[in-house]
Amino acid sequence: MHDTRAAGAPRRALRRAIELAAGVVLVLWGAATLAFLTLRLVPGDAVDIMLGPHAQVSPETRAAIRTELGIDLPWYEQYVGLLSRMLRGDFGESYQLRMPVAEVIGRQLGPTLQLTALALVIALVLAFAVAVLARGRRARGVVATLELVVLSSPVFWIGLVLLTVFSFTLGWFPVSGTGFAALVLPAFTLALPVAALLGQVLRDGLEEAERQPFAMSVRARGASETRLLLRHTLRHGSTGALTLAGYLVGSLLGGTVLVETVFARAGVGRVTLAAITGRDLPVVTAVIMLSAVVFVVVHLLVELAYPLLDPRLRRQAAAQ
Amino acid sequence: MSARGMELARDSRGTPRRGMRRTQPRGGARTLPARMGLVLASVVLLVIMGMAIAPALFTGFDPLATNLPAALSPPSIEHPFGTDQTGRDVYARVVYGARSSMAIGIGAAGGAALAGLLLGILVGLAPRPVGTAAMRGVDVVLAFPEFLLALVVVAILGPGAFTIALAVTLAAIPVYIRLARAHTVTLRQAEHVESAMLLGIPRAIVVARHVVPAVAGSVSVLATIGVGSAIIASAGLSFLGLGPTEPTPEWGLMMSGGRNVLGQAWWIAVFPGLTVMATVISLSVLGRALRRRAEGRAT
Repeated sequence: MHDTRAAGAPRRALRRAIELAAGVVLVLWGAATLAFLTLRLVPGDAVDIMLGPHAQVSPETRAAIRTELGIDLPWYEQYVGLLSRMLRGDFGESYQLRMPVAEVIGRQLGPTLQLTALALVIALVLAFAVAVLARGRRARGVVATLELVVLSSPVFWIGLVLLTVFSFTLGWFPVSGTGFAALVLPAFTLALPVAALLGQVLRDGLEEAERQPFAMSVRARGASETRLLLRHTLRHGSTGALTLAGYLVGSLLGGTVLVETVFARAGVGRVTLAAITGRDLPVVTAVIMLSAVVFVVVHLLVELAYPLLDPRLRRQAAAQ
Repeated sequence: MSARGMELARDSRGTPRRGMRRTQPRGGARTLPARMGLVLASVVLLVIMGMAIAPALFTGFDPLATNLPAALSPPSIEHPFGTDQTGRDVYARVVYGARSSMAIGIGAAGGAALAGLLLGILVGLAPRPVGTAAMRGVDVVLAFPEFLLALVVVAILGPGAFTIALAVTLAAIPVYIRLARAHTVTLRQAEHVESAMLLGIPRAIVVARHVVPAVAGSVSVLATIGVGSAIIASAGLSFLGLGPTEPTPEWGLMMSGGRNVLGQAWWIAVFPGLTVMATVISLSVLGRALRRRAEGRAT
C-alpha cells in the first residue's frame, strides 16, 4: 500500500500538469477559432472593409488582394492557415496602418502594462486592507454599501468623477500626460471595481473561515485575533477571491478600452477601439489572442497558488 | 460585470464556492434597514420605468431643443441638472434617455437569460460526454472578459444602436448557460425528478414540469442583476461612440459629450452617471432580495 501511494504522487502531479497544459491549449485554440470566426462572420466583402468605403481600386488589384489574403481558398484551408500563422506569431497586417499587427500592439503594450499592473496592485491592496481593517458589523456594513456603489457605476463614469474632483477641482493630478502622476487616477479608476468585487468575495471567505473548526482550535490555543487572521483565516478565506482575481485580471484589458479613452492615454485599449471603429479586423483578432494569453498565464499562476494558500489542498492533492 | 462575477465565484456544480455562502437571514429582507432599502429600490425602478414609458410626464423640456444663450448653465431650479454645450436641458435628456437604456438592459438580460436557459437545460440533459464537451466550450468563451466579447461583436457587425444591444446580449449568454446547466444537472439527480421518471411519466413532461420552472427561477434571479450589468455595458459601448449617435438622448453618449467640457461643466457627465448608478443599485438590491428568497425556499 505504502509503496503504491508513494509511486502515485509523481504520477498524479504529471496528470495534473497534463490537464493544465490541455486547458492552456484549449483556451488558445478557442481564441484562435473565435478570431477566425470574427474574420469570417463579417458581413460584406473583406476587401471593401480593408480598403475602406472611399477606395477606388481596379478589379485586378482587388483580385490580387483576394489572393494575398487567401479569401478564395476553402474555409478549412483558411482556418489551418490562420492557426499556423498565429503559431509563428504572425497576426497579419493592419488594414489601417499597413504594418504588422504584432508591431502595432507591441508599441502600445508598455503604457497599458503599466496601467493594468498598477491597477492590479491597487485593487489587491485595497481589497485586502479593507477586508482586514473593516471588522465588526458596522464597518462591514459601510464597506458593503461602498462596494455596491462602485460596482453599480460604469467604470468610465468613476473616471470622469475622479477627474472632476482630483484634477479639475483640487488640482492634485494632471488631466492627462505620460508621467507617474498622470497614471494614478486611471489606475484607481480601473482598480476600484476589481477591488470592490474582490473585497466582497474576500470578506465572505473570511467570515466563512472564522466559523471553521480550525479557527476555534486556534482561538482555544490562546492565539490573538490578529494572529488568527494573519496566519490562518486570511489564507484560507482568500481562495475564492483568488479564483475570481484570475478572471478579473482579464477584465482589466476590457476596462482599459474605456479608461484609456476617458483619460486620453495611449495604449492597447485605444488601439482596440480604433480597430473596432475602423473595422481593422487583424488588430481585433490579435487583441483576442492577447486576452487569451493573459487569461492562460494568470490562470496557471492561480492554480500554482492554491496549495500555497490552503494547506488542506496540498494534503488533498497528495491523498487523492 | 457583477452578474458574471457573482456567477463565476460559484464552482462548476453551481453551489456557491467556499466562502460565498450567505450569512444573512433567509427568506427575504428581514431587518428594517434592508426592508427600507428594498422599498427605496422599488421606488427608483418604478420612476425610471415611468420615465422610459412616458417621459413627457416627468419634464416639460424637449430633450433635443437647443438654447445657445443658456448653454453650460449650472444646475438651477429651472434646469435641475444644468444644460449642455448647446443649452439642452440635461435633466430632460436623462429622462428621455431612460427608454433606450432600459430597453437594452431588459432586452439584453432577458434575451440572454432565455437563450442561456434553453441551451443550458439542453446541455444539462445531454449525455455526459456531450454535456462536458459543450461546457468546455462555454468555459473557453468565459475566459474572455464580457466587455471584450461585446466589443468583438461590434467589430464584426459595425457600430450602431441595434448592434450594441445584440453585442451585450450575446456576450452575456455563456454565464446563463453555465448556471442553467449546473442547476439542471443537480435536478436530474433530485429525488422528485427521479421518482417522476420511475413512475413512467414521459421525460419531456418531467422536464417541462419539474426542471424548466426551477431552472427558470434561478436564471431569472441572476437576470435581474444582469439587467444592471447590461445597462452598464451598453452605456460603455455608447460612451465609446459605438452606439446611438448625437443628438439621441442616451446616457452613455451624454457622458461622452460631457467629457470634453468636464473642467467647466461637470454636471453634463455626472448626472447621467448618477442615474445609471441609482438604477443599477436598485436592480442589485432587488436581485439580492429575490436570491435570498429563492435560496430560503430551496433549503
